[in-house]
Amino acid sequence: MSFDVQRIRQDFPILSQPQHGKPLVFLDSGASAQKPRAVIDAMTRCMETAYANVHRGAYRLSEVATDAYEAARGAVARFINAPDAREVVFTRNSTEAINLVAHSWGRGVMRPDQALLISELEHHANIVPWQMLRDERGNQLRVCRVTDAGELDMEDLAAKLADGKVGLVALAHMSNVLGTVTPVERVVALAHAHGAKVLLDGSQAVVHRRVDVAAIGCDFYCFTGHKLYGPTGIGVLWGKLGHLDRMPPFLGGGDMIESVSFEKSTWAKPPARFEAGTPAIIEAVGLHAAIDYVNAIGMPAIEAHERALVDHAMRKLSDVPGLTLLGRAQDRGGVFAFSLDNAHPHDLSTLLDRAGICIRAGRHCAEPLHTRFGVEQGTARASFGLYTTPEEVDYLAGALVKAREFFA
Amino acid sequence: MSGGDFFGDLRDLYQEVILDHGRKPRNFRRLEDADRTARGDNPMCGDRMELFLKMTPDGHIADAAFQGRGCAVSMASASLMTETVKGKTPEEAQAVGTAFRDLAMTGQCPACAASLEDAMERLTPLSGVHEFPSRVKCATLAWHTLNAALAGAKEASSE
Repeated sequence: MSFDVQRIRQDFPILSQPQHGKPLVFLDSGASAQKPRAVIDAMTRCMETAYANVHRGAYRLSEVATDAYEAARGAVARFINAPDAREVVFTRNSTEAINLVAHSWGRGVMRPDQALLISELEHHANIVPWQMLRDERGNQLRVCRVTDAGELDMEDLAAKLADGKVGLVALAHMSNVLGTVTPVERVVALAHAHGAKVLLDGSQAVVHRRVDVAAIGCDFYCFTGHKLYGPTGIGVLWGKLGHLDRMPPFLGGGDMIESVSFEKSTWAKPPARFEAGTPAIIEAVGLHAAIDYVNAIGMPAIEAHERALVDHAMRKLSDVPGLTLLGRAQDRGGVFAFSLDNAHPHDLSTLLDRAGICIRAGRHCAEPLHTRFGVEQGTARASFGLYTTPEEVDYLAGALVKAREFFA
Repeated sequence: MSGGDFFGDLRDLYQEVILDHGRKPRNFRRLEDADRTARGDNPMCGDRMELFLKMTPDGHIADAAFQGRGCAVSMASASLMTETVKGKTPEEAQAVGTAFRDLAMTGQCPACAASLEDAMERLTPLSGVHEFPSRVKCATLAWHTLNAALAGAKEASSE
């Protein structure tokens, strides 16, 4: 299928809603993406025709809903090339998925004398759960450096793995600030050679790249539905079945047990063990629709569109006087954090909003990374989706020139 | 000034006096002999300031100065505040602060007594912020910090 961005834009109802009387130029998809009609309709259809609680009712409607929920799990497994759908655990979002691993692997399987290794470019969601684990259990927390170009310092990574004491490496597959795509295959090979497991936060990457967990060889991979054009409230933890089998539950409740008495309960097998309580059924159906939508367009076509868009944006933004891009990684996706010399990011965001442009301002849940690059006041960030056009990038660049004049 | 039409009604928020104080904040310095200091933080957006007050023997604010980083609105608000509170008693300064918070949140100042008129006139250019709910705390951070300094607290947060 050829990639026709104008036709794709018609799939997203919100894109035809003006903002402040101007066409919406939505450049905050890295925070949360807009939703295509197919996702909206699938969720409505589920509620109108196929909704009941899952995994319990011995009646047809519940079986239909259960089938839809489990079909979503299957779709996720195929989407990331997981060998087995039982390895796919539905969570609320990536944050919950990481907390699940920090809790159940970190406290249930890892020893306190094993170290954790993260990097300077992590989102707070991949920092704080490990700090909490460290503070509770005494695990050492190591931080891999990032180069001035915004790439993972592989020498530092190797040095911090060298003593063989690292139990788990937790790393973003793509930075939500710098756009850097990390060399995950190399990281996994290096980590495994030193006896460490690897968790990858794919919240950004899964939107922009074909992800194959089997080929990457990682131990855990997580992402969230709402950045992938799906609904909020649904995320994914993928883990190797052997790992999930060894892990104690995260939350206790219904659906995650095998048997319950007041003396003792026994746990269900994965993935049910990690899905206590009624899950996000409608949202799982929505995520399935989002994956189908992305698959129908084709990840290679999306990648090609975004690669062209990234090259275009690099040229256009570099031409804006006074603009400094944060990071210049060789391998990068459609996320651009920048400073404009005389405009504070928050003022800039307020200003661009009146021109119909939505960007994010602040530190994008990556405060240590901003400290690392000496931009404590934060940055402005434009992030792309599959519906972003080169004309929108041009409009942004023009607006930035005008904003600079406004604050001159 | 270009860009006015392009950015719609943004002149309501970014009046010339705001841009001027944002670019060149007044009293932007450390008071080494300050009697009262407090730090103000806006943790969601990273704005941060440190306020210094020098008091007269009879309890008036002799001098006010600040240092910090933040957007044009927060810098301008802090700058205008330091100009406004000089010569006032803590009670007078706090009354202005209360009236200003009303102004920032609603664009109106029902509590503005005649005695506050001069002070409020200086602060009126910031009233446009009430149309930007996510930015109100940028304008009020300085006044939260002033309250903390006057109350002897070390830190204030706009959250």
